[in-house]
Amino acid sequence: MEITGYLLQQFINGLQLGAVYALIALGYTMVYGVLRLINFAHGDIFMLGAFIAYYLISKFAIPIYLVFIITMFCTAGVGYIIEKVAYKPLRGAPKISLLITAVGVSLFLEYFLSLNAIFTANYIGFPRPFEVVNYDLSLFTVTNIQILIFATTGVSLVLLYLLIYRTKQGKAMRAVSYDQEVAALMGINIDRTISFTFMVGAALAGVGGILYGIAYPQINVFMGVMPGIKSFIAAVLGGIGIIHGAVIGGFIIGISEVFVSAFLSSTFRDGVIFVILFLVLLLKPSGIFGKRIEKV
Amino acid sequence: MDKRNMLMQIRGLTVNYGAINALNDVFIDIEKGEIISVIGANGAGKSTFLKTITGIVKARAGSIELEGKNIHGLRPDRIVRLGVTMVPEGRRVFPDLSVKENLELGGYTLRNGALKKELFDLVLSTFPRLQERLKQHAGTLSGGEQQMLAMGRALMGNPKLLLLDEPSMGLSPIITREIFTLIRLINRERGISIILVEQNAHMALEHSRRTYVLENGRIVMEGKSGEIKGTKSIIDAYLGV
Repeated sequence: MEITGYLLQQFINGLQLGAVYALIALGYTMVYGVLRLINFAHGDIFMLGAFIAYYLISKFAIPIYLVFIITMFCTAGVGYIIEKVAYKPLRGAPKISLLITAVGVSLFLEYFLSLNAIFTANYIGFPRPFEVVNYDLSLFTVTNIQILIFATTGVSLVLLYLLIYRTKQGKAMRAVSYDQEVAALMGINIDRTISFTFMVGAALAGVGGILYGIAYPQINVFMGVMPGIKSFIAAVLGGIGIIHGAVIGGFIIGISEVFVSAFLSSTFRDGVIFVILFLVLLLKPSGIFGKRIEKV
Repeated sequence: MDKRNMLMQIRGLTVNYGAINALNDVFIDIEKGEIISVIGANGAGKSTFLKTITGIVKARAGSIELEGKNIHGLRPDRIVRLGVTMVPEGRRVFPDLSVKENLELGGYTLRNGALKKELFDLVLSTFPRLQERLKQHAGTLSGGEQQMLAMGRALMGNPKLLLLDEPSMGLSPIITREIFTLIRLINRERGISIILVEQNAHMALEHSRRTYVLENGRIVMEGKSGEIKGTKSIIDAYLGV
C-alpha cells in the first residue's frame, strides 16, 4: 500500500514537470513544422517568461491571471522579433545557416541578459504568488501549485487544439507545415503564418516559464538551457513536427526524470533523458508518432 | 490581337537559377477564355515558367501583366487573390487531410460564403468521384482522383487563369483522356483561361487553341495548335512514332 502511494506521488510529481516540458516542446515542434528549424533560442524564451513574471509579481501587485496574460504577450512579442530579425533574412538560405543562427540567438539572449545591468547571472528567488496548500488524498498529496500547473496546461492545450484545428489561421499553419510551396499556391501568406507560429510557441514557453518559476522557485538566465534541451528531446521522442507527439513526449520525459530521481539517484536525472534520446535515434528516429524521417 | 480581350501578357521573361539560364526572353500571351499549351522536353523550363507566373520563382527580367496590371514581383498569395491558381506538378494534394479539407484550403482566400458554396458545388458536380470520397484522406485516392482533387482545389480559388503543370503525369491513357475532357469542360463552362504545360505533346496540341514550344528556356515556335501539329520538326521531336 505504501509503495503504491509513493509511486502515485512520484507520478504526480512527474506530471508536474512533464506539463512544463510539454508546453516548451510544443514550440519546438510547431516551429519545426513550419520552418524545419530547431529553434535553439526557444529555451531562452521560457527563461524570459519566468523573468517577466518575476518582475510582474514582485514589482506590481497584479492578479495571477494577468501575470499569465501579460507574460504571454511579452514572450510572443519577443518570439516575433527574433523571427523577424534573425530567421526571416535567412529564408532560402541553407538549413545549417539557420541552425547556427539559432544557437547564436540563444547565446546572445543568455549572455546579454546575464549582464549585471539587466538580470545578472545570479539565482533569484521567485516570489510565491500564493501560499502553498497541501491536499491530502490519503494515498498521495497534491499541492495547489500542481493543480494550477495541470489546469493551466490543460486550458493551454485545449486552446491550442481549437486554434490549430478550428480556425482559419490554424488551417494555414497546418498547410504550411505540410507543403510550404503549395500552401502559398492556396493564397496563404507564408511569412505571416511563420511569424504567427513563432508567437504561439513563444507564448506557450512563457506560460511554461511562469509555472516553472512557481514550482521550482529559483530563476536564473541559464535556467532555460536544460529544460530547453529536454523539451527538444521530448519533441523528438514524440515525433518532431507532431503536436500531440510533443505533449506525450513532454510527459514521458518529465515522468522519467522524476522516477529516476526517486528510485535510482538524482545524479542520473539528466543522464536518463539523453539515454532516451539515444534510444529514440537508434530505434525509431522519426519518434513515437512520426511516419517519415526528414533530414534537417 | 485585341487588347481588351487579353488576359495575360508575358514579355521578355528571363529567369536564372544561379548560373543556369532557365528561361530566356520569353513572350507569351493568353486571351480570356483561351486554352494555350507550352510543350517541351524535360528541363526545357516549363515548370519554371509556371512557377514564375505564380510568384514562387522571381524573374531576373521581364514583365507579367494580368489584365494590364504588372503582377511580377508580388508574393504568391497576392497573385492567387488576383485570380491565378495552379495545379502543381505531381498534384501535391495534402495527403493527411481529407478531400473536403483539401478543397477548403483551395478556397482559403475567399471571404464570400455564398461564392465558396457555389464553387464547392461546382467542383463536386464537375468531379463527382470526389463527392463519394469527401471524408477520405487525400493520400488514399488513386492518381487520377488526386489529379481531380488538385484541379478542384485550384478551382476553389475562383481563378480567371488556371495553370496546369503536367496533368497527365503518371496517369494511364484512359484517365489522361478523362482529365483532358474535364479541362475542356472547366474552360467551356466557366470561361476560365488555361495554361497547360505538358510533356505529352499529343494531348497538349489536341486540347489547346495555341501552343508554344520551349527548348532550353527559349520559345522556338508558336502558333495554332493544329498547325504546329503538322510541322515536320515537331513531329520528329515530340510526336515521334
